Amino acid sequence: MLRKSASHTNLKPIVSMRAITKSFPGVLANDRLDLDLYASEIHALLGENGAGKSTLMKILYGFYHCDSGEILFNEQPVAIHSPHAARLHQIGMVFQDFSLIPALSVAENIALFLPQLPAVLNIKEINHRIREVSKRYDLQVNPHAMVSQLSIGEQQKVEILKLLLAEATLLILDEPTRVLAPHETEALFKVLDSLRKDGYAIVLITHKMKEVLECADRITVLRGGHLAGTLLRSEASEDKLVALMFEKKMATLQVNRKRDISESEVPLLELSEAGTRAEGSQTSLKAIDLKIRPGEIVGVAGVSGNGQKELGDLALGMIKCVQGRKFLFGKDFTNQSIQQVRRSGVGFIPENPLTMAIAPFMTVLQNMALTRTWRYARAGGLRMDWKAVKDDAERTMQALEFSFPLYVPARSLSGGNLQRMVIVREMTQEPHLIIASYLTRGLDVQSTIAARRALVQARDKGAGILLISEDLEELFSLSDRLIVLYAGAIAGSFKPEETNVFEVGYLMTGSEVQHVENN
Amino acid sequence: MSKITERLTRFPLFGQKTVRTGMRYLLMILFAFLMFGVILLIAGIDPLKSYEDIFSSTLGSAYGFSEVVVSMIPMLITALAVALPFRVGLINIGGEGQLFIGAAFATFGALTFPNLPAWLLLPLMALLGMLGGALWAFIPGYLKSIGLVNETITSLLLNSVAPKIVGFLILGFWHSPRDTVRTPNFVDAARLPTFFGTRVHLGLVLGLVLLVIFWFVLKYTRWGLEMGAIGSNPQAAKRNGIPLAKYLVIVMCLGGAIAGLAGMVQVSGFYGTLFPNFSMSLGFMGFMICWLAGGDPLGIVLMAFVVSVIYSGGNLLQLTRGLPYAVINILLAFTLFIVLARPNFFKGKRS
Repeated sequence: MLRKSASHTNLKPIVSMRAITKSFPGVLANDRLDLDLYASEIHALLGENGAGKSTLMKILYGFYHCDSGEILFNEQPVAIHSPHAARLHQIGMVFQDFSLIPALSVAENIALFLPQLPAVLNIKEINHRIREVSKRYDLQVNPHAMVSQLSIGEQQKVEILKLLLAEATLLILDEPTRVLAPHETEALFKVLDSLRKDGYAIVLITHKMKEVLECADRITVLRGGHLAGTLLRSEASEDKLVALMFEKKMATLQVNRKRDISESEVPLLELSEAGTRAEGSQTSLKAIDLKIRPGEIVGVAGVSGNGQKELGDLALGMIKCVQGRKFLFGKDFTNQSIQQVRRSGVGFIPENPLTMAIAPFMTVLQNMALTRTWRYARAGGLRMDWKAVKDDAERTMQALEFSFPLYVPARSLSGGNLQRMVIVREMTQEPHLIIASYLTRGLDVQSTIAARRALVQARDKGAGILLISEDLEELFSLSDRLIVLYAGAIAGSFKPEETNVFEVGYLMTGSEVQHVENN
Repeated sequence: MSKITERLTRFPLFGQKTVRTGMRYLLMILFAFLMFGVILLIAGIDPLKSYEDIFSSTLGSAYGFSEVVVSMIPMLITALAVALPFRVGLINIGGEGQLFIGAAFATFGALTFPNLPAWLLLPLMALLGMLGGALWAFIPGYLKSIGLVNETITSLLLNSVAPKIVGFLILGFWHSPRDTVRTPNFVDAARLPTFFGTRVHLGLVLGLVLLVIFWFVLKYTRWGLEMGAIGSNPQAAKRNGIPLAKYLVIVMCLGGAIAGLAGMVQVSGFYGTLFPNFSMSLGFMGFMICWLAGGDPLGIVLMAFVVSVIYSGGNLLQLTRGLPYAVINILLAFTLFIVLARPNFFKGKRS
């Protein structure tokens, strides 16, 4: 049942991916990526969110189909068209959100995944095998327990057991530690280590530097869909990896920083000891202290999922403080509705325009009016002044040099045009405070510059801006102040000219070591 | 959620596609009749003869036609009671219960103030009916708005509660001295006026006016725009500063008020009295009509008419052919299934 690799020489890769290219609408997720996976090795795929790690592995697992490129299995080209085909090649994957059935027991879940599932289950035999394997790799779980009663850490064990019993020899783990407590992470790495010794090939998708250095043998860094480099553990250092992950690019827009942000002015947004409770997959914010003064751009750096979305939503009023207070323009807004926040002059550019900003079945023009229906209502609301909406939108479009159709359903717009549409809508109202997440997502170079210029112009007119981004170049070139979010708390606060990409990068990845001297 | 909105936007109000859509619907209904014919054949009954009976009894005479219109009135209104909440993505299956409570409130007015003149009593009864329906719809609407329970389930379950309350009121307090299972006949001032010596009453005008208002609000007003945004993407609407929770409660209550008005119209315009099972599933009928029409006002009128023809004709079929009553439900169900399935070959024919 268990494959033992005959040798530990690792001369030939068991799986090679060659020139894998995959594009989604509006984004090139994988650009001619090469990857070799060897038996008895833990191979870490490192990169920021959106770097293309998961996409690459989902192609290997047959979940996506690559546009071009080939996959070699033991040096033979193979076509993997489905997860089923991948499993026939002994490839198994544990997804970020697990794929267990909560209402079934551990043994039943594992049995369901067996390659040759007999018509009548031999539960005893399966239980026996579960015990055997789980003992060998220290993956003890009770086979009779209901999955719904297991902790997240235990569920992960079941996922791994499932793959082992299905005779997978290449295990792909997508951000396995994201949901684990530190001691569980440690236990997981021990399991992975013993699997490696038995000849399994393991792929670990992660963006956490520390884990990579702790357990990987070979490290591949992806950046924006490109291959940034592959290193052996012995060659790798934190500095090298950070440099590969966050390449420092030339700024495309020269921004003159305003020097005269007066500390005495009333902050446009003030969060004092603000905390939120996590619901569902949210991250809870912990005692956030933040002030945005007129004429100031505050950049928020962080790997996505560390509380950026929640910070924006908290400022908007989408989620409420469970502790602390929120002030807008000097007034207590802790318990005010979004409508009131909006009316007082707050613009909000969310990270995902399609799901968070627009009504897809309405026309672009109708969408343009949505944030300010009261402004365009005539005769007490019996009529809408669509001409005013159109004039306003076109004026802003002209200023930004954007162009997109106004009389089509919003869902027919491309990702870039949706983003332009939201930017136009939010800038039209000349907000005093702008909360912008991933401002330039999906935009081409020209539109990116236009959007950034619009922010800077708004700031020069005295607006305050909360700029949430993963693009460090953007943050460094635009921000007057920079904060780093990690695990829902502010991990650091800097003036951009007094820090560098490395220092911020370390904080973003939760590294404990501070290399401040490393300027 | 997106499916609903897709259905909604597929039928633009009075757009150029309406005629084409109407044709498609007619074809589908014909198809349903065809399938039902097979059932009739199996039951040993000549389907052509039966259909002839249905149509001659309903559309063949002025009287038959007026009866179709009479049975169509409450369906128009209960369909609107579904169509309005539908716009913000709420599924109101509670029309039946709201109609019952509305009828009870209106009856309370009719029995308590029999001496008021008609011009005062009728509006009072209408307001009471709407208040009753709105109160009944407030329960699911509020529970939904605080994110506690799905309105589909609560409104459906409340349907079985409302008739019990109405039954209790009738049997316990309101029954007439001679007849324990119904209230005394309403005074004339509590009856909606009828037209042309038929049973067609003012409720028809009410229903049509409400549909026009509905259409106008959706197409032209600020509230129609905001409701459309909520129906299309509630999360985005909320982030855009549209008061989502407020809308959910108010729109659900308005839907309930409309269903309650249907209850008032039925007791005041049609029966002139209230008895425990007066509704005959009008609330559910409205739900079906709304779905058949895709929430479109003009479609609601058309589908309510078609359903009334089937319904009235079916009653006759029951008398003349000795068919069980349930047979009509089979025909209605066929129509519903086929329209909801929207068979592809009709689409192919169209283009």
